[in-house]
This record gives sequence, structure tokens and C-alpha cells, in this order.
Amino acid sequence: MTALSLVVPSYIGGFVIVAALGPRGMFQSLLSKLFNIEHLPEIYGLPGAALTLTLLSYPYILLTVRSALWGMDPALEEASRSLGYSRWATFWKVTIPQLRPAISVGALLVGLYTLSDFGAVSLLRFDSFTRVIYLAYQSSFDRGIAAALSLLLVLVALMLLMLEAWTRGRSRYYRSDSGSPRALRPIALGVWRWPALAFCGVVVILALALPMAVLGYWMVRGMQAGQSLDLAWTPMMNSIYVSGLAAVITVAASVPVAVLAVRYPSRLSGFVERSAYIGFALPGIVVSLGLVFFGVRYAPLLYQTLMMLVIAYVILLLPQAIGAVKSSFLQVSPRMEEAALSLGRRPMQIMVRVTLPLIRTGMLAGAGLMFLTAMKELPATLLLSPIGFKTLATTIWSATEEAFFTRAATSAILLVLVSSVPMAFLTLRESGRKG
Amino acid sequence: MPWSFPARLQQSLPGPSEHGPHFRPRWRFGAVTAMLLLVLGLAVSACGNEAETPNDTPGSLVVYSGRSESLVDPIIQQFKVASGIDVKVRYGGTAEMAATILEEGENSPADVFFAQDPAGLGAVAGRFAPLPESILGTVPAKYRSPEGVWVGLSGRARVTVYNTDKLSPEQLPDDIWGFTDPQWKGRIGWAPTNGSFQAMVTAMQVQWGEEKTRDWLIGIKANEPKAYSNNTSIVAAVGSGEVEVGFPNHYYLYRFLQEEGESFAARNYHFRESGPGGVMLVAGAGILETAPNRENADRFLQFMLSLVAQQYFASQTYEYPVIERVIINRLLTPLEEINAPDIDMADLDDLEGTLALLRETGILP
Repeated sequence: MTALSLVVPSYIGGFVIVAALGPRGMFQSLLSKLFNIEHLPEIYGLPGAALTLTLLSYPYILLTVRSALWGMDPALEEASRSLGYSRWATFWKVTIPQLRPAISVGALLVGLYTLSDFGAVSLLRFDSFTRVIYLAYQSSFDRGIAAALSLLLVLVALMLLMLEAWTRGRSRYYRSDSGSPRALRPIALGVWRWPALAFCGVVVILALALPMAVLGYWMVRGMQAGQSLDLAWTPMMNSIYVSGLAAVITVAASVPVAVLAVRYPSRLSGFVERSAYIGFALPGIVVSLGLVFFGVRYAPLLYQTLMMLVIAYVILLLPQAIGAVKSSFLQVSPRMEEAALSLGRRPMQIMVRVTLPLIRTGMLAGAGLMFLTAMKELPATLLLSPIGFKTLATTIWSATEEAFFTRAATSAILLVLVSSVPMAFLTLRESGRKG
Repeated sequence: MPWSFPARLQQSLPGPSEHGPHFRPRWRFGAVTAMLLLVLGLAVSACGNEAETPNDTPGSLVVYSGRSESLVDPIIQQFKVASGIDVKVRYGGTAEMAATILEEGENSPADVFFAQDPAGLGAVAGRFAPLPESILGTVPAKYRSPEGVWVGLSGRARVTVYNTDKLSPEQLPDDIWGFTDPQWKGRIGWAPTNGSFQAMVTAMQVQWGEEKTRDWLIGIKANEPKAYSNNTSIVAAVGSGEVEVGFPNHYYLYRFLQEEGESFAARNYHFRESGPGGVMLVAGAGILETAPNRENADRFLQFMLSLVAQQYFASQTYEYPVIERVIINRLLTPLEEINAPDIDMADLDDLEGTLALLRETGILP
């Protein structure tokens, strides 16, 4: 459930953080009633923007690391323990290095997402580079400057990508000996249970309970002031449909890229993989306008159809799926495939019967990430969807633009609730497998 | 357990040894190509679900709206019912919609661009077709383009919004120049990136000249105003007391009163003296020269200037009408009392000078 904050659009997240923790926000008015506290630490600027973006994007790491943990062989840790390492040492020397690809891919996604975000930084009044790009569009309608600035952003993204490649190194992450990985055994935390629980609690409260409380408050307040509650059913179904479609297609598209990157590392495959990440680092509006230009000229049949929208989602969000699929692919030993091959299976059969089941956790995590982020995607949805096609994200945006808080809140709550269904499904599946 | 399948196989293997190189290309081409085919298949099946909607069917109209759906959808629905025309609307920000129209160029499926502000209309003016006199003649000259390519459809006044717990209207200056006084230090909220704010600064240059406008910007900047991202955030901040005064458009306040009730601690203040701080801006529309449904587009604009539509804006969205004989919402300050200066919208559609000034004074990056 903790991954749900990913679905909160950053312009809602930013607004909620200001409403709750701002200089005259709800938290302050509560404190001033109780303890007469008049000033809170400044939320505007870097601290607030960093806090908001951390809360909104930590599921990138959570989801990829979790799926890598499921795929890890407990035998490694047991071996380390039996050779006399303490739990701590095992954690640092065995577990963390094993998780390195997942952590670095997650961190990469967080980094790129933060680079491309506009909503949170503008509401929290932090002058990021994206904000400058948006200003070029918004005030001077100057697409030339915006495009030039976006190219700079691409450079920064390339630097992040190189950093990630460097962190990951050239190690192997699959088991090399024979033997079958066993089910994981939960570790009893003992007294450490409480601090661990408290930490998780704080994260969940800040990332999910706080926004939900503010949204709930807006809804109740609006109802008291006589606003009507209209639930956005059609946009909801549209959101689920198009995000689900995008999730399936993207994961399918990410498998070949991950195969290339992991099994056939070369300049070319590295380039293919890296280039997929660029779309994610660019502000959605830049990519969307590019697709408008391309679509209306060279693909007029597709332009402003559902397919076009799905293509846009794939371009914008593909790296999330690649990241998740790849980090679980790294744990699969090529011996498995070789064994199947030597037994006379055809490559396609091996793919379907051996490789895909082995990277299932990664594919599910990728699909989950895709679904959640496609649910909240805004610029491409506004520009490229079939005309008149509304999703929950566009409904929320349209309502916040003109201060229709009640309507924004109901749709946002709906968005979180709807997204929790596939998340619950994913989580339950994984826990089910454990036993 | 998916794991057991390959593991069982391993027992029958001699050991983990390197395999022959000739296996790899087959693996690559077979599997990767198949995956790509699968992706394509999914893509095509998704495409099949999509019903084609050609734009040249008689009786349809495509509107790109930079105005929010919450505000204009009800009146567009009325037009749909009254005219029988199948109206399709794409909503987005004014800047994004303008950029889209420019990117689409000749191939744009849009008939009408409905924009939030004169600058948005000015940005795509080169793509607009001249409007007929039957439309232009309805609107006062100052609310339409001099080339006759766009018309204003509703008016929004620039105001000062103040916190009612901390201030009363008497304490507020006669015109917006008064806020450069050091007593306002740390008490002002503004949105320098916002289009309406920039239009107001353009109005200042028209009325005051560049020198005085620069001095005003420098004076306000010296008072350390808090910069918000839009009008909504300004009104929210004034209502909560985060700042004491702010410069938004007039109608945002009424949204807050609807959401939070009468206790919301902010009200509008119209300057006692006529000046650029109280300029009346318009939201308007134009018809693209490539419009596939030109006749319907004309009918759309005519409807938007009809008494019905103008009455809708005046009573439901708290805006000012651009034609006469319309009764405005009782919460609104009557037009005669807001002291709006006499400024042509056409003078406000070029933003370059304003942006240069805002950058020069370090207000915009």
C-alpha cells in the first residue's frame, strides 16, 4: 500500500503539502491552538520541494527493490551467516550489493522523475530547470527556447544515466552454482520491530494519510458549503482502461530491451536501453508537443486516437518498466536458459516457459509502476487523447485550475482508491507466493 | 513453483559450462523478434477499438479550449443542444493549446481556439481567419483584435484581494502604485509567471510608460513579495493569512466563497482610482483559417456573444459580460464601480516588452 503515493499527481501533492504544512496551513493552525506556536519551519523552496518529491517518488525505489528482494536467493545470506558474518555485516556485504542494480535503477527513476517534474516545484516556489522551460512556453509562447532548454535537460539526464551505469558495475547477480532457491524465511525483528514500524508509519502518514486527510477535508468542507459531489465515473473507467492498456504494452515492450541489455551487453544495446530513458527525463509537455508535430504530419490516422495516447505513455514511461524488468532479469542465470536450450527446447519456448516466469516479479512491478504513473499523467493526456476523452487526471487538473476543490478532492480520492486495487492484487500475489 | 522446472533440468546436465556460440544468434532473433511482434499485435488490437471521427462530417465542430472545463462546459453543452452541432472540445492550458495549434500548423483539426487571455490569442493570431462583421460588431472595439481576427467573450477585472482579519478597505491604497510603500514589506503575494499578471504589467506600460512600470516592479520587489504559481494559490494564501494582500483576477474569490463559505477571510478590493491595477482583461476566441467547419465556428461565436451565453458568464462564472443588457451576479461589483481604465486588449497581446522588463528586474529567471 505504501507505493500508492506514486499515483498522486505532483500538482495535487504540492498543493496538499502547502495546505497542510504551509506557514498558515492546517498543521500550524492546529499547533497554534494547542501550543500557541506561530511559526513553522519554512516549507517553500528547496526543503518543501525535496520533501514533496521524495514522498511522491520513493515508491520507485520501494517497488524495484522489493521485487529484487523477492527474487534474491536466501542461500547467499545463509552462507554468509554460516561463515561467521554477523547480521549487520551480512546485510552490508551480501544483501546490499545484491540489491545494487535495483537500488540504482530506482534511484535513476527518482532522479529523472524529479528532473522532469513541474507541478510540485512551481507550487513550492523552487526555481528548477523545468520551471524555466515551462515559463518559456507559458509566457513567451516560445517553443524554440523551450526546445533548446530541453536539450540541456537531456544532457543532465545522460549524466545521471552514466552515474547509474557506473554504480551498477559489471557484477553478476544470479546464482552460479546448481541448486534450487528456496522460499524466503521472514526474519523475526524482536525489539527492532517497533522502530521499524514507526519508520514505516511516518512514511505512510506523510505520503498517503496526510494527502488523503487534506483531500477528505476539502470534500467535507465543500459539502458543508453546499457544493455537490459528482463522481467522475466515465473518467475513472477511461483512466483504468488506458492505463491498463499502457501498462501491458509497455511491459511487453520492455522485455526485449531488458533481454538485449542484460544478455547481450554491447555499445548498441546500451544505447538502445539508455535512449529509452530520455523520454522520462523530459517534461511531459515537451515530448507531447513533439508527438503532436510528428503525429499530425506523419501519422494522421493515429493522431488524437487512443493509440496515439498509449504510444505517448510508452515513450514517456517505458524506463520504469525497463528498470523493474531488468533488475529482476539480472538475477536470472543464463544457465537456466542454456539448460533448456541443450534439452532441445526452441528459443521461443524457453522465453515463455523459463525466462518469463523467472522475471515475473519484475514484470509485475513494472506493470504496477506503469499503471500508477499512467493514471496521473497529464500533459500527453491533454494534448494527445481522442478529443473529449477525459481521465481522472484531467478532471482533477481542470478542477484545481479554477479552485473547484470539492470536485478535485473527490476525483483525487477516487484516483487513489482505484489505484489501490491493482496494488493490492500485486502485493497479495507476492505474499501468497512466499508460503 | 516456476523455479523447479529449470532446477530439475540441471541435474541431468554435466555442469555449468559455456555453451557454443552458435546458440546465441538464434536465441536473439527468435525471441526478440517474437516479442516485438507481440508488442505490435497489441498495438494493432488497441488501434482497432478506436472509432474514427472524421472532422469533415457536416454538423460538427472542434474547439480547443484554454479555458477550464469546469467553467465553460455547461454553456458549450447548451450550444450543442440548441444547435444540434456535435461539438468536441479539447481542454488544456491556454499556452499548451496555443503551442499545439502552432505545432499542428496546416493540419490542425481545430475550428475554434477559446483562450484565457489576449496574449494566448495574440500568439496564434497569424493562424486566425478574419471574423464577419456580424460577430465583430457585437463587441466594443477595445475588447477585440484590431485586425478583426478574435473577439473577447467575457471580462475579468484585475483586483487586490485582502485578508479581512488584518485589513479593512480604507487601509488599502488608492491605486496599485501605493503598494510600493515600504509599509507593505512582506505582506504582498503575487504570481509573476501568470499570464493575467503579465497582461497587467503590459497595461502599466501602456498607461504609465516603461520608466514608471520598471519603478513599480522594483518597488514591489523591494517589499519582498511572495511569488505564487497562480491566482488560486494567491487567494488561498490571502485567505489563510499567509500574506495580507495579493493581485489576482476578480473571480477566483467567488470560487473560494463557494467552497469555504462566507467565513473565508478574504475579499476583493477595486482601486478607488482608475489605473492599470484594475484593468479589465478578456478571455476570447478566434476561428482558425484552416477550420474544417467554418460555418459552425461562426455560429459558435455568435452563440457565445448571445444574451443567453453572456448571462451565463455573468451569473455562473462571475465574469463581466462584453455586451450590454446583461444582469451581473449580485456578488460582483457593478462595472461602473470598478474604475477599469480604458485600455485596448489589442495593446496587451504582445508580451515581449513585459517579459524583458520582468527579466531585467530579476523577477523572472
